[in-house]
Amino acid sequence: MSEPLLELSGLTKHFPVMGGFLIKRRVGSVHAVDDVDLTIAPGETVGLVGESGCGKSTTGRLVARLLEPDRGTIRFEGRDITHASRRELKPIRSQIQMIFQDPYSSLNPRHTVGSIIRGPMEINGIEPPGGREKRVRELLETVGLNPEHYNRYPHEFSGGQRQRIGIARALALQPKLIVADEPVSALDVSIQAQVINLLQHLQREFGIAFLFIAHDLAVVRHFSHRVAVMYLGRIVEVGDRTSIYERPRHPYTHALLSAVPEIDAEPGRERIRLSGDLPSPVDPPSGCRFRTRCWKATDKCAQETPPLVRLDGNAEGHLVACHHPMDPPKPAEPPAEGAGADGSAGAPLEGSLAPGGAAENRSG
Amino acid sequence: MTFPTPATSVTPADSVDPASPPRDPDRDVAGLSPGRLMWRRFRRDRTGVVAGIIVACYVLVALAAPLISRLYGKDPYTTYGLDTPGLLNEYGFPILPNGGISSEFWFGIEPGLGRDVFMQLVYGIRTSLAIAFAATLGATLIGIVVGIIAGYAGGRTDYLLGRVIDVMLSFPSTLFIIAFMPVVENLFVGPEEETPIWLRAVTLIIVLTAFGWASLARLLRGQVLSLREREFVDAARVTGASPARIIFKELLPNLWTPILVQATLMLPSLVTAEAALSFLGVGMIEPVPDWGRMFLRGTEVYQDDITYLMFPGVALLIFVIAFNLLGDSVRDAFDPKIRR
Repeated sequence: MSEPLLELSGLTKHFPVMGGFLIKRRVGSVHAVDDVDLTIAPGETVGLVGESGCGKSTTGRLVARLLEPDRGTIRFEGRDITHASRRELKPIRSQIQMIFQDPYSSLNPRHTVGSIIRGPMEINGIEPPGGREKRVRELLETVGLNPEHYNRYPHEFSGGQRQRIGIARALALQPKLIVADEPVSALDVSIQAQVINLLQHLQREFGIAFLFIAHDLAVVRHFSHRVAVMYLGRIVEVGDRTSIYERPRHPYTHALLSAVPEIDAEPGRERIRLSGDLPSPVDPPSGCRFRTRCWKATDKCAQETPPLVRLDGNAEGHLVACHHPMDPPKPAEPPAEGAGADGSAGAPLEGSLAPGGAAENRSG
Repeated sequence: MTFPTPATSVTPADSVDPASPPRDPDRDVAGLSPGRLMWRRFRRDRTGVVAGIIVACYVLVALAAPLISRLYGKDPYTTYGLDTPGLLNEYGFPILPNGGISSEFWFGIEPGLGRDVFMQLVYGIRTSLAIAFAATLGATLIGIVVGIIAGYAGGRTDYLLGRVIDVMLSFPSTLFIIAFMPVVENLFVGPEEETPIWLRAVTLIIVLTAFGWASLARLLRGQVLSLREREFVDAARVTGASPARIIFKELLPNLWTPILVQATLMLPSLVTAEAALSFLGVGMIEPVPDWGRMFLRGTEVYQDDITYLMFPGVALLIFVIAFNLLGDSVRDAFDPKIRR
């Protein structure tokens, strides 16, 4: 892989939980993002998937530097921007832009479409040839809106059109990386496809890299080159699209994929039902965070945090953080106990599969 | 969430998606701003329009008071009753019925001094409105500044300002002003001198401002707190906007609605507050015409001359009702539906 555009290493963000009477003290912290490593190459789309509350959006906000990380580093084109101040960030701001989830709250209702899209150029003092207004009209056309809508207000548009306005605003600075924080989850399914196609078109045309945050696996599969799966603030599996969808190794990825409803599911398909709730991120489980809901969990999972490593038989860049990874070739097969032991012989740490520790939790 | 299976979202793989055609083919390029929508809705509200016209009349009368005085041929200071015999009887009450209403004195004459009631009312509006307007302006400005700072800064600043607002709101303001006025006078005016009118006016404006801003500040703080979490603020921050730009360009345009509504409701309440203070003897002093003092004099003589109490009473009643109805209509016009 060439020089990465964005490089996250050991990124951590904990939100303080305040308590106490009169005098507020820090009584704990929400482990929103813990030790996340991720790279994005220029022009590449990385999908970030996971349940609600697993830290996807926080990661996106850290990358866009809306939040300041507690630990770890963010490198953009080799430059460390982890703790850059607003002034230091100025040249980088135009390179990293963001598309927001809720098209109803991401546009200021008191501004016209023109001034919303013009705003980023004003702030960064960019004077495009032909003037800002001309550029805004071009951008409106690029995202499939009528340039005549320049002087209209957001309340005159539908959700899909508003999201297009938000995309045009993100494009106004010609960024190299766009953080798309669930850009289609607030839209109708029919509109989702249009917006996704628009993003894909933009990505091909302008070579923009995307960090695409979503909980919708189908959308991510359609759009991303690589996919990272997050669980409770940690990345549990990352790899190229085919690896993740065809040969997932982490039990959580399996469970996630098997939960996607399909209209014409083959009869033999197994659905893994995770029991229990997502543990509280204030007090995450020790070791592997998925162990409380994992049917393969052993004592070891509680003691050691599995590192994110490449397993034998995996494609380049396909990393998994699991002590007892699943059998790769037949992902739809019901996971047999100890299946990982024979399938991936050389998998690290596999030998310590504790007998009797596996909890069978899936439904038949 | 719905289930966009690959079949739905991976629609025909044409990379250029067919953009939804513009819905209205008509070519009106400029859209309706929220402000113009509000104005449209307001015009449809008949109560609001009538109230607005009444309020406008009051303001016009206040502004044109000297002109009215010239056309009418009298001023609010001359003691016509004392200067011209035959208007007041030996006890100081108007001889003509109904408080001395005649073609010459439209609203009658004041018992005792014999000044013209119509002129007193007209100039009284001027006094009340000027003081209330200045205090409203000051209180609104302070309210905006404090409210935005508290809401935007958050944390300790918010906590401190919040407690200050609490204290201001729970303060017995009327009692304080009654006690405070003589103190100010003692400080600035010697025992032999007469209290200058400007001192009274300025002190009134200052104390009314001081006790008026807190409620607006609290309201705006809450608004800013909720606006700050909206994604368009994050969007501005992602593009590198400074806090000043976020406050003035992103937040403030969304705050004009509550500011305008609060200001239109604050003004009439300050008019009555000013009248009440004058009634209690700590407001404007002679010879400046003032409604509150007219009330005071009216209550002294109402058994013999009810008319004198009626004019300022009815005038103030109409004014406050009209202004409150106007405020309600303004609020209705800013329908929360377009906040989205």
